[in-house]
Amino acid sequence: MKYVTEFRDAELVGGVLEKIRQTVTRPWTMMEICGGQTHSIVRYGIDQLLPPEIELVHGPGCPVCVTPLEQIDRALAIAARPDVIFTSYGDMLRVPGSARDLFSVRASGGEVRVVYSPLDAVKIAQANPDKQVVFFAIGFETTAPANVMAVMQAKNLNLKNFSVLVSHVRVPPAMHAILGSPSNRVQGFLLAGHVNAVMGYHEYPPLLEKYQVPMAITGFEPLDLVQGIYETVRMLEAGRVEIVNAYARAVTFEGNQPAQKMINQVFMECDRAWRGIGVIPASGWCLRPEFDGFNAEKRFDVGDIVTKESPLCIAGQIMQGLKKPHDCSAFGKQCSPETPLGATMVSSEGACAAYYKYGR
Amino acid sequence: MDKIDLTGAVCPLPLSDNEQIVMGHGSGGKMSHDLITKIFLPAFDNPALSAGDDGAVLALPAGRLVLSVDSHVVFPLFFPGGDIGHLAVCGTVNDVAVMGATPLYLTAGFILEEGLPLETLRRVVESMKQAADEAGVKIVSGDTKVVERGKADGLFVSTTGVGILPEGREISGSRAKAGDVVILSGFMGDHGIAVLAARGELGFETAVQSDCAPLNHLIAAALAVSENIHVLRDPTRGGVATTLNEIAKQAGVCITLNELSLPVRPAVASTCEMLGFDPLYVANEGKVLVLVARADAEKVLAALRATKYGEDAVVIGEVSAAPQGRVLMKTAFGSTRVVDMLAGEMLPRIC
Repeated sequence: MKYVTEFRDAELVGGVLEKIRQTVTRPWTMMEICGGQTHSIVRYGIDQLLPPEIELVHGPGCPVCVTPLEQIDRALAIAARPDVIFTSYGDMLRVPGSARDLFSVRASGGEVRVVYSPLDAVKIAQANPDKQVVFFAIGFETTAPANVMAVMQAKNLNLKNFSVLVSHVRVPPAMHAILGSPSNRVQGFLLAGHVNAVMGYHEYPPLLEKYQVPMAITGFEPLDLVQGIYETVRMLEAGRVEIVNAYARAVTFEGNQPAQKMINQVFMECDRAWRGIGVIPASGWCLRPEFDGFNAEKRFDVGDIVTKESPLCIAGQIMQGLKKPHDCSAFGKQCSPETPLGATMVSSEGACAAYYKYGR
Repeated sequence: MDKIDLTGAVCPLPLSDNEQIVMGHGSGGKMSHDLITKIFLPAFDNPALSAGDDGAVLALPAGRLVLSVDSHVVFPLFFPGGDIGHLAVCGTVNDVAVMGATPLYLTAGFILEEGLPLETLRRVVESMKQAADEAGVKIVSGDTKVVERGKADGLFVSTTGVGILPEGREISGSRAKAGDVVILSGFMGDHGIAVLAARGELGFETAVQSDCAPLNHLIAAALAVSENIHVLRDPTRGGVATTLNEIAKQAGVCITLNELSLPVRPAVASTCEMLGFDPLYVANEGKVLVLVARADAEKVLAALRATKYGEDAVVIGEVSAAPQGRVLMKTAFGSTRVVDMLAGEMLPRIC
């Protein structure tokens, strides 16, 4: 498989790991932003292969994990309506709200469908004019272009039965929140390469200057990950504070400008609550008022739903790099992928699920 | 009184030459009888069935009886490499065969949805006949029920298999031993990916065909060359990872897989990559896992590779004593991770 197998070459990975071993002289803590990276690191056992000086902590970059419980409860309330076809990315289906998940809504007669692309949800809306079709538009910058494209397409088609329940989040404000916290331990970042593929990295120099932490834009395959770690270790050891692009085959400084333009036409910045962390100012995207007609929160009266998290769950501290899944008293006991207490155990990109699945 | 005109009158007899299933086909009356004599009997023709009694009378060779039942609800009914009928025969033949038994007879129960085209039923039945002929088993008893439109997905088939297990042969998940090697009879994940693509919901096409096949001849070939086969199991739903977890827990052993030796077709690997699936958890319908003492591994591998469905058989791992109940994977990079059971349904990832 071109562009995948080359980046899983054991010999090449071994060579970079050796360079990391030769470079590192003292302990460093670095955070991989994205849940997809956490998953790869644990799946390929990269954390076991690193010298003991390097500690990886797992960032908040799992969109399923950070979607607040009350937004999930709103999704469940909408999905349960008889006039609605509720569409979602697959791994959102198992995320428990305060009482049930989308699977159980489907079992009780709600029409819930998994789609691979929000544009498929638009097609479903065209094919079912007598139903309201709602897409659960969650994600980071990575999924935003497709999600706004769906809204634009629905507008062009003049669809009256399509809307999106938006819970979009952005990486830079979350990094501000982590780095600005007095308990921050993160000394270097592996940036989420797919986010940068869309957004470029022109938003990151202010973070670099303010907090003086080196960053490496990092991909998702084993070779990408060790390369990102190597670049970060080199900067840390040399006392350099820079942004290194270790994922140049996908990322440019400017990013995908047509995509950014479209995002700005449909979305605007807003405060957003992150599950387990709390409200981070200007950390989300929501629909601009001119797209109110496609806003599921306005179309269906679900704004007053308020819910509380399980007191046992420490997902928020895990996503800020303050704790590891093992530090949780419920890990593998009250909380497992079959009975998740928090979303980090549900999504395959969640740190707790990755630790559980791959036996850490 | 006016003259009675009878020219337009029709007698309201049930339509017997209906081209689709109607409720009358399940009534037990003439229409049911027609269905049996026109569709089932010609295909499955054998004395036990043709006798027309409520049950089949069967002569059995010496040994212990092995019984296994399986219900089939696959959608779509026809997919590249197979169909629900083929699956219903192969699935049950394989369940009997992995016990170390020789499958001899099957029963078949059909639940038909009102409105099902008779032609569809004919194709499914013909496919069952072909699979049964290939496996060398007879379908000796059957049942048909019809449910109202909307209460079934076209057609469900439930099959029960009967086989004979020779005295002295013990095959069970609980017999896995430290020192055994794990052989897989071919590529992983073909069935699951073929069916997923055939559903057409994901908007991709693939040349991958289901591996659906009767494995009794392949299994007989392996058993003929070794008396040290401890476990045979077909990794269907949940895939190789889930089946090996069951065995590891049943026997209280550890199974370690070697990532580099796992056989996956490039088309299955790339589809899984795209959808966020792991081929270790994707269903197979024509593969068997063989756990055999190391000394006999080469013999068994050679015997499997000489059969129609086993030419790609490879050693994928080995059994050790500890940690008990665990399946581990040695990755291509030399690290080790746990391979757990699948929790619930396999779900595509967001990005």
